[in-house]
This record gives sequence, C-alpha cells and structure tokens, in this order.
Amino acid sequence: MNLSNASASLNAILPLVVVILWACALLLVDLFITKERKGLTALLAAIGMLASLIITLARLDLEAVVFNGMVTVDGFSNFLTVLFLGSGIVAVALSYDYLKRMGLEKGEYYVLLLFTVSGMMLMAVASDLIVVFLALELLSIPLYVLAGIATPRLDSEESSLKYFLLGSFSTGIVVYGIALVFGATGTTSLAGIVDAITAGSAGMGLLVAGAAMLLIGLGFKVALVPFHMWTPDVYQGAPSSVTAFMAIGAKAAGFAAILRIFIQAFPALSVDLTPVLWVLAALTMILGNVVAIAQRNIKRLLAYSSIANAGYILLALVPYGQSDVAADSVASALFYLLAYAFTSFTAWSVVIALEQVEGKGLELEDYAGLSRRYPILALTMTVAMLSFTGVPPTLGFLGKFYVFRTLLEGGFPGLAVIGVVTSLISAYYYLRVVVYMYMREGEPQAIRDPWLYIAATASAICLVVLGIFSQPLFAWASQAMLH
Amino acid sequence: MIPLSWYLIFAAALFSIGLFAVLARRNAIVILMGIELMLNAVNINLVAFWRYVNPELIAGQVFAVMVFAVAAAEVAVALAIFISIYRRRRSVSADEIDLMKW
Repeated sequence: MNLSNASASLNAILPLVVVILWACALLLVDLFITKERKGLTALLAAIGMLASLIITLARLDLEAVVFNGMVTVDGFSNFLTVLFLGSGIVAVALSYDYLKRMGLEKGEYYVLLLFTVSGMMLMAVASDLIVVFLALELLSIPLYVLAGIATPRLDSEESSLKYFLLGSFSTGIVVYGIALVFGATGTTSLAGIVDAITAGSAGMGLLVAGAAMLLIGLGFKVALVPFHMWTPDVYQGAPSSVTAFMAIGAKAAGFAAILRIFIQAFPALSVDLTPVLWVLAALTMILGNVVAIAQRNIKRLLAYSSIANAGYILLALVPYGQSDVAADSVASALFYLLAYAFTSFTAWSVVIALEQVEGKGLELEDYAGLSRRYPILALTMTVAMLSFTGVPPTLGFLGKFYVFRTLLEGGFPGLAVIGVVTSLISAYYYLRVVVYMYMREGEPQAIRDPWLYIAATASAICLVVLGIFSQPLFAWASQAMLH
Repeated sequence: MIPLSWYLIFAAALFSIGLFAVLARRNAIVILMGIELMLNAVNINLVAFWRYVNPELIAGQVFAVMVFAVAAAEVAVALAIFISIYRRRRSVSADEIDLMKW
C-alpha cells in the first residue's frame, strides 16, 4: 500500500480517526483539568464526537472499500456511525450531572467512553474478520472498566467482574469461530469467504461450525437467550449512565457485526442457520418478556426488556438467506435499532433523574405519584413505555411493524405470531410502570438537571414526531442495504 | 510431516480444557486462566491453518499476533478489577460475589 493509498484510506474513515485522536488528546488534556472542573472534560468529549458526527453527516453518500478490503464504508456503516456518535453524545449529557451527584467525577470516564464509541464505529465499517475482532475488543475493554468505575461501590465492581468474565469468554468463542472460518476458506475477508464458497473450495463442515461459534459469541454480546444471564446483573450494578450507553451502543454494535457477517458472508449457510436463528429469536422474546414481569427493580426490568428487544431485532435476521428479502432485513433491523435507541435513552434518563445515592430510588414503588410532582418526567417515561410496548404512533410501533413485515415476506408467520403475543405480554410490565406513576400515591424524589431534562424530552418528542413522519427515516435505513 | 488434523485435535482439546475451567471452576483467577487457554487454542489453530491451508497469505500469523496482544490488554484490565475486588472482600471466588442475583 503506497502513500496516496494510505491517505485515501484514512480519509474514508476520517470520523473514526477524529474520535480516536481526540480520545488520546483528551487523556493528556484531562491531566491539566482540576478536580472541580471535570465538566470541561465532558464538554470536550461531546465536542469531539459532535465534530465527527458533522463529518459523517456531511458525506452520508460516501462509499469506499479501503485498507486492502479490510474496511468498507457504505450506507450501512454511515447509518450506524451516526447512531453510535449520537448515543455517545447523549450518554455524555446523561452522565454529566449523574457523575457529580454520585461522586464519580473522573476524567477517564469520558476518555473511555470515546474509546468505546470508536470501537463501535470500527465495528460498523469492518469487512474483515480480523477487524471485527479488533473492534469487538476495542469496544468491550473500556466498557468493562466503565461498568466498574463506581468503585469502591461493591455492586459496580461485581458488575464489572461479571461483565469481564462473560465478555472475554464470549470473545474467546468468537475468535475460535473466526479461526475455523479462516481454516475452512483460507481467508478472513468477508468477500474472500463468499468467493471461496462459490468456488466450492471451502470446507463446509468447518465453515458451519465456525459460523455457529461466531453466532454464540456475538449472541453473548447482544444478550440473546440462552446467553443472557450476565445482562440483568451487569445492568443493575453498573452506574446508570454507563448502563444506558451499554444497553444501546454495545447491543447495536453486536448487531452490526452479526448483520454484516451473516448477510454479506454467510447467505449460503442459511439452510443450517435459519432454524437456529428462529429458535434463538423465539426463546429470547419469550424469556425476556416473561421474566421481566417478576422484576421490581427498574434497572433489572429494563435489562430484561433489552433482552426481549434483542429478540425482536433478531427477528429481522431470520429470513436473511433469501436474496430478495435480505435488503428488507437490513433496513428493518437498522430501523428497529434506531427506535430502540431513542426509546431506551428516554427511559434511562428518567431512571437517572430518580436515582439517589446508595442505589436508592430504583424500585417500582419509588415511581409512585411521579405524575403529580414531576409531570414532564412522568410523561416522557409514559411515551418510552408505550414505544417499548409498540403502541402507535410511536417509533417503537413502526420498528416492530417493519420487523414483522420482513418476517412475513420471508414466510415465517409462526414466529411473527410469537412476536405479537410476547409484545402483548410485555404490555403488562411496561404499563405497570405507567400505573404506578399516575395512579399510586407517593413522594418521589427527582433531580432537576437541565441536560438530563433536555435529553429526556428531546428523545421523547423524537419518538412521537419521528413516529408520525417516519418515511424519510425508513427510506434512509433502506438505502443502507449491504451488497 | 505431522498432519493438520493433529494440530486441530490438540487445539480443540486445549479449548475444551479452557471451557471446562470457565464453566466449572469458581475462582476468578482460574476462570481467567481458562479464558487464556481458549485464546491459545485459537492461536494454534490460526498458525496451523496458515501453514497448511494458505501459507502465501500472511493474515493467519498476523491475526495470531493480534490475538495475544489483545489478550494481554484484557489481562491487564482483568487483574485491575480482581485486585480492586480483593481489597474489599478478601476473595475473588465467583461464589461469594453474589450481591445481586446471579
């Protein structure tokens, strides 16, 4: 690779380069920011991501295959990059006051956040299994630390330990799968794998085994049943601002990897993999929604809700092997991820507003009477719960609608029925939160932080407004189809 | 020359030992050792496949180097977490770290 090639390659991934360099610089700059003024670090981190976001938005049509085919910039990666950077910026807004209140103000928090975001952005453009592995680790390792950043709080340390053990275990499975795929095809590039399969030179047994291990390992990352057991504990123990970001960013990045690898490289294996995906999706939706009913702690409830949502996103992938449906698969999965991100941020910002020190204010009872003292918070939480349930005209309804439509196009009405029934079950625990807020008496305590309120109300308004005018958004997601 | 399948069987055995350590042992350090065994099994696989399937392509070897570089970073973070937990609880046994429902 000569010099002009290298600069063209770097130019193609400019948003990623900006975030990584900014993170390294911020690590140094933070040393000179005194303990009382850590808000400045937050501001700088947000500015870095905003700059990167502007660059991405300015060239949304960019398509390029660079770094000798290891990196592909296309509609899919641009869509996800915007999603990741957006969630990073919202995460900073949610963290700023929360960290001050909990006594966690540390400059490295924002630096680690930037590194995690860069890992997610790398995942979006990765078109070689080596890069997928690197991106997975770049996004996971800072997240392990972030989960435990509230040390010496015992639950945060415990959450960090559990996340690390299960996370690195799943990474081990992912790389073993990659090694098997490499052995079967002699290459790690996704395009090369397709060529090897069409040429008939691939060892199909090894390839299927490798693909299955990739699915298991990435299934841990996005919390599919039966690989979900870490999720409730980690989500409950980690600081809420980290959990909010983890629930959205890490899940979206995991699905980015699954979508790109399976749709681009493994359509030939769909005979073997589609039944597996069917069962995984059904189990995830059923278990996530049913167990959520028993939860009294709001963070655990949202954790099970995030598991259930992983099932709905996986639905879009079930018919991925049918070439005429694959484009809709990608579009509906991306749209669902976007809807999920808005809904989750709305819900989590209300949770953060109500959380008190020492982990108080997180039980359902603490939400009783919220509508009287904090009508705006109660209203935004209601919008989030309705969107999670899938009530029109919210974005959550459209997300489910497109996913189910893709599923019917692919010819899986049975699974669609399971999806609708579990959605009905989920209405029970989502609406129970609304009942507590509006119909029970109580003295809830919430803080009034402008950034948190802006984040909560803005994403709630987006949920409704974008839900009504969703056409351009879905058109954008449809352009993202993988070639 | 030793046939490829021997390397694969060896790597699979190593991976299974690591898997067993992760699933059956309770001490976090032993679990970490199990994970490292799994990653080493991957490296053996990668290098063996590189040598036997596609020796012209350097990717297999490069990938093996990346795997242990990343594994080292992981261990650094892991030990930091373990030490911080050990300071307060005097134990890193996964059984005793059960503040939340597992």
